[in-house]
Formats: sequence, structure tokens, C-alpha cells
Amino acid sequence: MSLIAQSQSGANVGSVLVNIGVFVAFVAVTLIFVYRASRTNRTASDYYAAGRAFTGPQNGVAIAGDYLSAASFLGIAGAIALGGYDGFLYSIGFLVAWLVALLLVAELLRNTGKFTMGDVLAFRMRQRPVRAAAATSTLVVSFFYLLAQMAGAGGLIALLLQIPTSNRLGQGIVIAVVGLLMIVYVLVGGMKGTTYVQIIKAVLLLIGAAVMTTWVLGIVGFNISGLLGDAVEASPKGEALLAPGLIFTNPVDFVSLGLALVLGTAGLPHILMRFYTVPSAKEARRSVVWAIWLIGLFYLFTLVLGYGAAALLEPGTITTANQNNAAPLLAYELGGELLLGLISAIAFATILAVVAGLTITASASFAHDVYANVIKRGTATPDAEVRVARLTALIVGLVAIAGGIIANGQNIAFLVALAFAVAASANLPTILYSLFWKRFNTMGALFSIYGGLVISIVLIVFSPAVSGKPVNEATGRSGSMIQGVDFHWFPLDNPGLISIPASFLLGIIGTYIGGKRSVEPGKFAEMEVRALTGAGAEKAVAH
Amino acid sequence: MSTTSERSTRTIYEQVQESPEFTQLRSRLRRFVFPMSAAFLIWYLAYVLMASYLPGFMATKVFGNINVGLLIGLMQFVTTFAITTIYVRYADKHLDPAAERIRKHIEGGA
Repeated sequence: MSLIAQSQSGANVGSVLVNIGVFVAFVAVTLIFVYRASRTNRTASDYYAAGRAFTGPQNGVAIAGDYLSAASFLGIAGAIALGGYDGFLYSIGFLVAWLVALLLVAELLRNTGKFTMGDVLAFRMRQRPVRAAAATSTLVVSFFYLLAQMAGAGGLIALLLQIPTSNRLGQGIVIAVVGLLMIVYVLVGGMKGTTYVQIIKAVLLLIGAAVMTTWVLGIVGFNISGLLGDAVEASPKGEALLAPGLIFTNPVDFVSLGLALVLGTAGLPHILMRFYTVPSAKEARRSVVWAIWLIGLFYLFTLVLGYGAAALLEPGTITTANQNNAAPLLAYELGGELLLGLISAIAFATILAVVAGLTITASASFAHDVYANVIKRGTATPDAEVRVARLTALIVGLVAIAGGIIANGQNIAFLVALAFAVAASANLPTILYSLFWKRFNTMGALFSIYGGLVISIVLIVFSPAVSGKPVNEATGRSGSMIQGVDFHWFPLDNPGLISIPASFLLGIIGTYIGGKRSVEPGKFAEMEVRALTGAGAEKAVAH
Repeated sequence: MSTTSERSTRTIYEQVQESPEFTQLRSRLRRFVFPMSAAFLIWYLAYVLMASYLPGFMATKVFGNINVGLLIGLMQFVTTFAITTIYVRYADKHLDPAAERIRKHIEGGA
């Protein structure tokens, strides 16, 4: 049996020993950094915000590491290899979205908040209800995102360790080991350790993608048009690969997804939390600038890699079942088992780093917003708060492992798009209103957060993404998450088109229902002046 | 670290909020970020709508296998990088100095 035939199942390519060796080396290096970071992990500010001591460029690389998830690398490359142009829409939405963060959110958030999104949302509102709402939506968004990351692990394990996806037990054990490793990173290293893991991973990922891109371009003589021509020739889809319409057959769905992507980023709690790890708003701005350049560059690489996989791999190698493995399989085609080992280990490190970032965010939100401010009404000591955060991180990690085992095999770019839709609906309207709209009040915040959350989730549950898509004759499976039942009534895969405007509207309605009385007069003046000038903002911790 | 203890300085924030220097800073920020956000969102949505409703136009070849859709997609990258650079220059020149002065005034006077 030829290697190509074997690779069609996405398994049994490359050398398990090389793959494990590269991955273990990554783990060893990152553990050293995490251990070193643990020695300065004393205060709450250290644990949650790395003492606010990272520079803008460092944080920018870490943001790229946090943001360029398995969905970006594996999902988009696979989507372009199989669906051509439509896969490209994901990258454009994911990139343009950063302008919302740069222009409207990052600096103002850094100046007014302390550790979490809830700090900003509750700044001039009634603390307990708004923090509870902010924590709820943080936990829900992080959970969706976590599932998306863990779901990508299965295909990678099949490739990396040659444990086929049919071996649920073997795969489950590996997911559990990876989850436990992630928990160690978070518990020992806190935000500083997590940041180092993300920086190392981002550098490796960018170098890996750059090498593969140059390699692919070298093969086609740096002729992009020629590469596209080869892809068209090799793909069963032919010319259609270069035009919109292969993945998204319903134009309204495409618009809905586009909206969720561009408005979701600035509402992702784990991204927002990264702005607290730098000493000032100016450094937060520099972080975003670095992140935009690195992320943009990376998406240009994935464009070449996606079309490269379509052009260079044996026709029929990439199928809907193994599309997440397009990039690793291309690595094998180019550089044999060593490059495959490197790229798969990097992809695995990607899942690890992103999941660690999500876990620390979820745990910070629970400990800081729910435990310290809602339950203890602000009387908890920082030590107790960090203890609760660590315990929460452990629980979130275990939930991630369980969820990952259950969600194993779902399309990850799609799952991430859902997380973006929930973030754009539940979080972004409230963030913008509380930063820019004086009249906005507690009732408005609650309407917008809970309304956005409930509407987006209900629409997802009753969407064709969850049930009721026609069965694909080749695979015998429906394109929906749940097989064999159909309870969908909402026509779109992505709820953004309805849920995002609805949440903006609910914020306005709630505000007018809530009345004019503000919680504490002068709080808006304080928030606005702090946001724009940085006066009274949290300072970096000197060690 | 003492962070939340000085909440009694509220009044100085109110004074500053009404000062001409602050209102000027605020209008400079808003005059830049609101129109710019509207511009890039409209440009992005125009792209998404074109990809959704005009696939034939997007598939028009410009040179070789490079079509209109790919070029407009890449233009989104170019405008994103450009807006980023323009904003940083604007903030350095028109926002940071005033913000710094007001911050020193508040923290020195509090």
C-alpha cells in the first residue's frame, strides 16, 4: 500500500518517534519557562496579569499565540484546500476584526479594568448583577472556544501518534494527558507562564508556516497564478475553487458568519484579558499593532498553504473527514517525516497554548467576578481569590478534557465561528456602550449580555449546524452535529446576523427601562477620564 | 499595591471631564475612531456582500489565475495594515501628549 493511500485515512504517515520527540522537546522547554515564571507568582496581579510587566511587542506575539488557534492553522488551511475561496473569508474576518479591538477597545479597557472583562462592564454599574452576567458570558464563550480547540485534537492525535479516530479510548487518554499538562501550565505558571507558552508557540508556528509557504512557493517558481492553476487542476471542484460559493451555498449565512467574525474578536474574554499584562495603554496599543502584523502575515501564509495542499497533494487526499489535517499532510509531502513531526507538534502546542489561555481567563472571571465580588462582596483577600482561581482552573481543565473527548472530530473552524457569534452578541455591545454611552446603565448591560447570550445560543441549538442537514451520501453522515434527528427551525448556521443587532437593541431598550438614576454620580466622569488618559490605571508590579 | 483606596477623588475626575483640554482630547479621539470604524466596517461588509451575491464578478480573471475576489480579499489585508499604521501615527501625535498632560495633572493633584 502506498503512503498516499494510507494518508487518505489521515493516519500512518510519518514516524511516531519523531513526532513525539519534537512535542516532548516543546513541552520540556515551555515547562522550564513556566517553572521560572512560578517563582515570581506571588500576588493576584502576578497570577492574573503577569504583574503587567510584559512589553507591547512581547504581548503582541503572545496575542498572536493566543489567537492563532488550531482553527486558524488547521481549520483555515483545510477549508481553503477543500473549499477554496470561501476558506479565505475566515482569515479576512479574523484579521479585520482586530481593527475593532485597536480603535475602540484595547486602550480604554486597559486603562479602566484590572483583571477581567467584568471590571470594565461593572465599573459604573451595580457590581453584583453585572459581574455575574459578565462572568456567565465569559464562561460560556470560553467553553465554546475550548470545545473547538479540543475537538481538533483527535485528528491530530491520529496523525501524530497513529491512533486512529476510531480508537475512542486511545484518543481519549491522549486528550486527557494533554489536558492535564495544560492544567499544570496554568496552575504553576499563572498568566506569566501561560504567556511564555503562547510566545514560544507563536514563534514556532510563524516560523513553521513561513518555511512551508516559502517551500510551496519555491516549488511553483514563486508564481502564485501558477499555484492557483495547479490547485484548480488537481481539485475535483476545478475552477470553482477560486471563486466564492463552495462552502457557503446560502449567501445570507455567509453574511451572518462575516458579521460574527468581525465583531467577535473584541468580545473574546481571553483576548481582552491579555491587555492587562502590559504596563500601560500605549503598550496595549503596541501589542495590538504587533498582533495585527503577525496575524495578517500568518493568514497570508495559510492562503498559500491551503491552495498548496490542494495543488501538491495527490487529488482526493483531503476529504471533509480529514480536512483539518491538510497542513500536516502538506508538511509530510514537502519535508517528509521530520517536517510532519515539527508541524504536527506545533499544531499540538497550539491547542495546548490556546486552551491554557482560555482556562486562566475562565478561572480569573469566576474567582475575581463571581467569588470575590458577587459572593464575598469585595471582602475576599487576594490570596483567597487566587486560591479559588487555581481551583477553578483545575475544574475548567477537567471540563475541557471531558468536553474534548465528547466533541472530538467536529469541524473546528465552524465551532470557533460559533464562539465568535456568542462573543459578538453577548459582550461587544455592552463593552462599547459602557465605554462610550453616558446614559447606559445596569439594566441595559443585563439586557444586552443575557439577551445576546440567550438569543445566540437558542438560535445555534435550533440551527442546521446542530441538527437536520441532509445526509452526505459518500460518508453516510449528516453535516450537522447531531445525527439522525431534525429539530432545526432557524435557517442559518451562524446566528450573528440576528443576535448581534438584537443585543445592541436590547442594550438600548434595557437602558430606557432602567431609568435615569445612576448608581453613583460621577462614576461615568471617572471612567471616561481614566479610559482616555490612563489616570489611576493599574500599574505594573516591579519584582 | 494600593489601588481602589482613593475613590474619594471623584470630583477631580468631574472637573477634568468638563475641562476644555479633556473635551478636546475626547473629540480628537472620537473624530478619528468613529469614522474610521464605520469606514472599515462598510468596506468589509461590502466585500462580504460581493462574495455572497456577486460570485460571478468575483471570479472574473484579472491576470493569470488571479481573479477579482482574490485581489479584493488581499486589499482587505492592505487596508487593515494601513489603518493600523495611520492610527498609531495619529495617536502618537494628537492623543498621547494631551492624555499624558491630563494624567500628570490628576495624579499630581490627587
